[in-house]
Amino acid sequence: MLLAFDWTQLAQQVVIGLASGGVWATLAVALVLIYRSTGVVNFAQGEMAMFSTFIAWSLVHHGLSYWAAFFLTIAISFVGGVAVERAVIRPVERAPVLTVVIVTLGLFFLVNGAARWIWTPETRSLPNAFSTRPIDVAGVAFSIQDLGTIGVSLAAVTLLWLFFRFTKLGLASRAAAANPEASRLLGVRVSWMLALGWGLAAAMGAVSGMLTAPALASFDQNLMQPVLLYAFAGAVLGGIDSALGAVVGTLLLGVLVNLLGTYVDWVGTELRLPVALAVILGVLLVRPAGLFGRPAESRV
Amino acid sequence: MAESLLELEDVRARYGPVQALHGVSLTVGEGEAVAVLGANGAGKTTTLRAVSGTVRRSGRIVFAGRHISRRAPEVVARTGIAHVPEGRGTLTELSVRENLRIGAYVRRDRNAVAEDERRVLGYFPQLADRGRQRAGTLSGGEQQMLALARALMLRPRLLLLDEPSLGLAPLVVAEIFRIVRELNEEEGLAVLVVEQNAALALEASSRAYVLEVGRVAVEGPSADLRRDESVRRSYLGY
Repeated sequence: MLLAFDWTQLAQQVVIGLASGGVWATLAVALVLIYRSTGVVNFAQGEMAMFSTFIAWSLVHHGLSYWAAFFLTIAISFVGGVAVERAVIRPVERAPVLTVVIVTLGLFFLVNGAARWIWTPETRSLPNAFSTRPIDVAGVAFSIQDLGTIGVSLAAVTLLWLFFRFTKLGLASRAAAANPEASRLLGVRVSWMLALGWGLAAAMGAVSGMLTAPALASFDQNLMQPVLLYAFAGAVLGGIDSALGAVVGTLLLGVLVNLLGTYVDWVGTELRLPVALAVILGVLLVRPAGLFGRPAESRV
Repeated sequence: MAESLLELEDVRARYGPVQALHGVSLTVGEGEAVAVLGANGAGKTTTLRAVSGTVRRSGRIVFAGRHISRRAPEVVARTGIAHVPEGRGTLTELSVRENLRIGAYVRRDRNAVAEDERRVLGYFPQLADRGRQRAGTLSGGEQQMLALARALMLRPRLLLLDEPSLGLAPLVVAEIFRIVRELNEEEGLAVLVVEQNAALALEASSRAYVLEVGRVAVEGPSADLRRDESVRRSYLGY
């Protein structure tokens, strides 16, 4: 039985898993970004991404190509993210964490409601970003769409990393998130760095949404809710305060969920999410801070 | 005092309902080293925070001819005041080098910044070969030096130094004060230092103010205060 194992199928299933994981990774990185600077999980991140996807749909509907709409939507989402921070988060900047959490929950319903109000309930679809043809790599047929999705996700995450690692503004953002008080003394406009973080998170979310939608036959305003769950689960698995952890966590989760559904008979498509979450729970019992997270330090 | 660099007049500050400064007036001349002494809770740290804008304050604060008493900290920093806060404000997750680079964040003269980094590290050879190390892994003394080095990267005209000796071994403290003195004497950097260790601070400064419950109780040349038996006994406790 072992000899008859189908390596081709395994490779295909791993790639399919990485494609879903990649999409979740872009949203998970957005969650980490907000968590590190604002100190909360932004429950509205998925809905903001959904809103961005609907903007992209409108642009495509008005005649733009997928990729033109893709980049324009990223820019619009960035500005929108900054505006949301200024309008909604800034007033509660100094409020207790729980207050901010409630505000992001409110934002969840606000954005969802706004999207339902602007875009009537009807079936929508986005054109495929990539060819649906299979491509032959070392004798195994992969879908170009899956490979393209992995590529775009990783490119987006890498660009974000380069920004934080190698630009002066990126450095200032990291400083502001790590120690706002000390950063202000160095002349860093901490409040604007927060807004910048929200803008970047919204842009990452837009990428996630625009990669999610084309893979579906049709989508509605609930498009990103499962994605947010997977992204959150993957981010916690990797360590919610680590961007690298979020990427590795969501990719692992994507592969895990897909392989469980394919190879474990009793799991199938129905149970793969709960089983995957059980695995995460197991990991967190051993490593509470996640795979890459730093354990919370408390000073005595 | 026609050419004071920094001038505080009747400055008050409060933390919520608690008033910490009840009208402090002091001056720091161009290139002068001034110490602020006093017991715990006398308002030393708050005086520095009032200057840099990290506490709500009122009154007149003029720096290099500009009124800064209503300015936010990030704006005050841009006028050329570097504040090394209590607890050093180390960005522990960033590398030593990144801490230095963020110190020069407000500057636009890239080439001069690179040169300053070499010059500043000349004062702190311990930091020079640790550029890539995470700042949080440095010892307390090294973190204090990093905080100083980072402040210098701003190319400030005035350095606000809050309790540089806190929690450090005497040898390290002596080294830090030697460097501060050198900066003051050789580079003409004005320094306003708050210090629990009065003997040390009086030695490193030319003038000093002694605060008592949010007011200036005594002021004068550091050498005089050092000799004044009654001042030493009643305010400085040594």
